[in-house]
Amino acid sequence: MNSALGELERLFPPGRFLVKPGQLAPYESDALTAFRARPLAVVLPETHEEVVQVVRWSARHQVPFVARGSGTSLSGGSLPIDGGVVIGLNRMNKLLRLDVLERIAVVQPGFINLQVSSIAAPYGLYYAPDPSSQPVSTIGGNLAFNSGGAHCLKYGMTSNHVLAARVVLPSGEVVELGSQSLENTGPDWLGLFVGSEGLMGIATEVTLRLLPRPEIYHTVLAAYDSLAKAGDAVAAVVASGLLPGAMEIMDSLAIEAAEAAVRAGYPLEARALLIVELEGEVPQVEAEARHLEAVIRASGAYEVRVAQNSDERMRIWKGRKAAFSAVGRLSPDYLVQDGVVPRSQLGRALSEIEQLSTRYGLRVANVFHAGDGNLHPLILYNGRVEGELPRAEELAGEILKLCVGLGGSITGEHGVGMEKKAYMTEMFSETDLATMQRLRLALDPLELSNRGKMFPGGQAPARVHQGAHPREKGGVISRE
Amino acid sequence: MTLRPTHAEEVQEAVRSHRRVLPRGGGTKPSLSTPGENQTVLEMSGLSGVIEYNPSEYVFVARAGTRLAEVETLLAQNGQYLPFDPPFVEQGATLGGTVAAGLSGPMRQRYGGVRDFILGVQFVDGTGSLVRGGGKVVKNAAGFDLPKLMVGSLGRLGILTELAFKVFPFPRATSTLKVAFPTLQDTLEALYKLAGSPIELYALDIEPPSTLVLRLGGLAEALPARLERLQSFLEMNGELLQREAETSYWRGLNNLGSLGDGLLVKLAITADQIPGLDKALLTTPRRYISAGNLLYLAWEEPLEELDALLKSQGRSGLILSGPAPQPKIGLDLEPVFGHKVTAALDPQEKFADLQVGS
Repeated sequence: MNSALGELERLFPPGRFLVKPGQLAPYESDALTAFRARPLAVVLPETHEEVVQVVRWSARHQVPFVARGSGTSLSGGSLPIDGGVVIGLNRMNKLLRLDVLERIAVVQPGFINLQVSSIAAPYGLYYAPDPSSQPVSTIGGNLAFNSGGAHCLKYGMTSNHVLAARVVLPSGEVVELGSQSLENTGPDWLGLFVGSEGLMGIATEVTLRLLPRPEIYHTVLAAYDSLAKAGDAVAAVVASGLLPGAMEIMDSLAIEAAEAAVRAGYPLEARALLIVELEGEVPQVEAEARHLEAVIRASGAYEVRVAQNSDERMRIWKGRKAAFSAVGRLSPDYLVQDGVVPRSQLGRALSEIEQLSTRYGLRVANVFHAGDGNLHPLILYNGRVEGELPRAEELAGEILKLCVGLGGSITGEHGVGMEKKAYMTEMFSETDLATMQRLRLALDPLELSNRGKMFPGGQAPARVHQGAHPREKGGVISRE
Repeated sequence: MTLRPTHAEEVQEAVRSHRRVLPRGGGTKPSLSTPGENQTVLEMSGLSGVIEYNPSEYVFVARAGTRLAEVETLLAQNGQYLPFDPPFVEQGATLGGTVAAGLSGPMRQRYGGVRDFILGVQFVDGTGSLVRGGGKVVKNAAGFDLPKLMVGSLGRLGILTELAFKVFPFPRATSTLKVAFPTLQDTLEALYKLAGSPIELYALDIEPPSTLVLRLGGLAEALPARLERLQSFLEMNGELLQREAETSYWRGLNNLGSLGDGLLVKLAITADQIPGLDKALLTTPRRYISAGNLLYLAWEEPLEELDALLKSQGRSGLILSGPAPQPKIGLDLEPVFGHKVTAALDPQEKFADLQVGS
C-alpha cells in the first residue's frame, strides 16, 4: 500500500494531498454525523485530468474512493470508506460557461447550488432545484443524490434540470452523457447516472438548465387548529386544479421553534401552518389567487395572511427555512427522515407518526413538503442518554416502513446512502436490487466508487455521538 | 412468430424461451416494431388497462400496453392530461411504445417531456427477470432511476410491462397565436426572446418557413389579458386560433404521419442548430417543437444524405416509420456507457439491435 500511496502523492502537490490525522479529521463524516470513518488519504483535484488520474490510480491499486463536495449529505452519502480515498471536489468550483440565450450553465462539480441562481439572476434566469442545503451544497453532490427541494411537484428534482455531464467512470474511462437538448434519441443514460449516489463514477462537468424567473409570486400563510385540517387544505388546493410552486406544512413544535429562532411573526397558538405559493404571469397569478383564497377560506383556516411585498414573502419563508435548525435547538440531537407518502395519505401518516412518537417516548416535530408528500419528521433524542440513539433509529425505521406501506418511498430527496440501505428491501425485491447491482458491476466491477452505499448489506462504520453538523449549528444548512 | 402475452409472467416466459424478442404496442412507429430475422414479436395489447388512478395524487399506474387514448379519456374526465403530450394518440399508440420510443409533443414546452413525468417502471430484462424501479409518488430518490433509463430504450434494455406517471391539471382555457415573421432569423430572435421571458407557453413551435406558433393556457378570465401582453411583447398581433379550431389544429398535429410522406424522423436539437439544419431541409416537411429542442421531419431523399447531415451537425436521429435498415441514424452517442449498461440488462442479446424487415 505504501508504494501505491507514494504514487498517489506524486500526482498532487503537498497542499492537495492530505494524509495526516489532523488533515483527515474534517473529512471523516458528513451531515449524517452519527457515522464516521477514517480515509487513507484525501486528494483535492483542481482539474478534470486530475480526477481521471486519481480514479485510474484507484482502479490500478483497487483502492475504493468517495467523491465529496461540501459534505452536506444527510444519508451519509459522502462518508469515507475505511482505508479508501476521498476525492474532495470543492476546488473544482468554476463556472465554465454561461449561455444566456440558450439558458444553460456549465459548471464544475464543486460549484455551489445557490451560486448558479446568483450568476443567472442578472439575466432573469434561475436554477430551479432548491435543496435547503443550497447555500453550501455543490452541484456534483446534488447530481449524485438527485436533490429535491420545496418545488418538486411542479418542477421536478435535480434530474429534471441536468442536461449533460462529463463523467469519469470507475474504470477511468471518460464519457459524455446527455446533450444540450432537452430531448434525446436513445436510452436516457444520463437519467440513469443522475441519482446513482456516486456508484457509477464522478461527474467533472455538468450542464444545467436555467429557467426564466417567474414574473410574480403570491405567498399565502394559513393557520389551522389541527394538522388534519391543514392536510385537507392541501388536498383541496390540488383538487381545485391549481398547481402551486410550493406547499409546505409545519406542526406546532416546529412553529414554536421557528418563532423562537427568527421571529417570523407566525401565529404561535396554531397547531399547523400551511404555506402555499403561486407563481407565474401577473394576470394568471392574480386570477389563481382569487381561486386559492376561496379554497383556503373553505378549508377552515382561522387566520390567513397574504404577503403584500417581497419582504413579507421572505419573512414567511424565513421561518419555514429556519424551522429545522430551530427544532434542533429543542434537543441536543435529532434524526430526520425524508420518506414520501401519496398526498392523500398525509393525514394518516402524520397521525401514525404521532402514535409512534408516544410509543417510543421521543418527541417528533414535522415540517414537510406537503405538495409532493415528502415528510420530514424530526426525531428528537439525546445521544448522551444510553439507548436513546438506537431507539430513535428504530422509530425512524418504523416511519420509513410506514411510508412504503402507504405506497410511498423511503427517501424523497436525501438518497439512500449509508443511512437507509437496510430499508431498500422494504421497497425493492431481491430481483430489483440484483438488477441494480448488475448495472453497478457492469460499470464498476470492483465496486470502487462509493463502495458500501445504497445496497443493503456490508458493515456499517463506527457510530459515534457527535451532535449536529457545525454548519447546521451555525444555521447555514438544515436537514431537509 | 407473434405472441400475445396477457401477464408479465408470460412476457418473462417468452423472453426465456425465445432467441430474440421484439415488443410491439400499437404499431404506430413501425420502424421500431417491425421484426427482423428470427425475432419473435410480443404483441403487448394483452397487457392493458389502468391499475391505479387517484386524481388528487396527480399519479396513475397502468399496464404498458394501455392505449394513450384510453388514458387521455380517463384523465380528461378529471380535468387532467399527459403534460408531455405524446404523439399518435388517435392512431393507437400505447404508453409502453411512447416510453420506449421516448416521444413527446408540442406541449412538452410547459412542464417537460416523457422523461420528466415517468415515475415508475416494471419491465422484463434480457434474463427474463421481472424488475421494478422508481415508485408511484411524485418525489422519490430511492435506487437507480430505471424509469428514466427506459425512456428511449427502444426495447433494447427490457420489455416494459407496467408504468407510473405524474400528470397535471389541464388548463381551463387555451388559445393559440400564430405569428408569421419575414425570415427564419426573425422567428428565432422572437423564439429566444420568449423562451428567456417569464411568459409561460404550453407550446412554442416553429412552423416552416418562419411562423411561430404559441399556445397559452390557464384560467379563462386571465387569458384575454395574457394574449394582449403576448401580442405587445412580440409587437405583432398574429392570427388567433380559439375553441374548436384551436383544439382541432393541435389534434391534427398529434398525428405525426400527417407531416408528410417519406421517413418520419425525430431529431433532438437545440435552437442554435436550426439555421444550419434548416438550410439543408428547405423542401422537407418539418416542425420545430419546444423552443427548438425537438424536430420532427418527413424525409423523402436518400437516407444516406440525412445520415451525413446529422453527422456533420453532431446530432443523432431516430426513424419512426418508413423503410430503413435500422432506426438510429447520425452519431452514435455514448457507445461506452451504453454498451456496458446494455450488456448488464441483456447479456444474451435477446433484444439485439433491430433489423427492420427486408
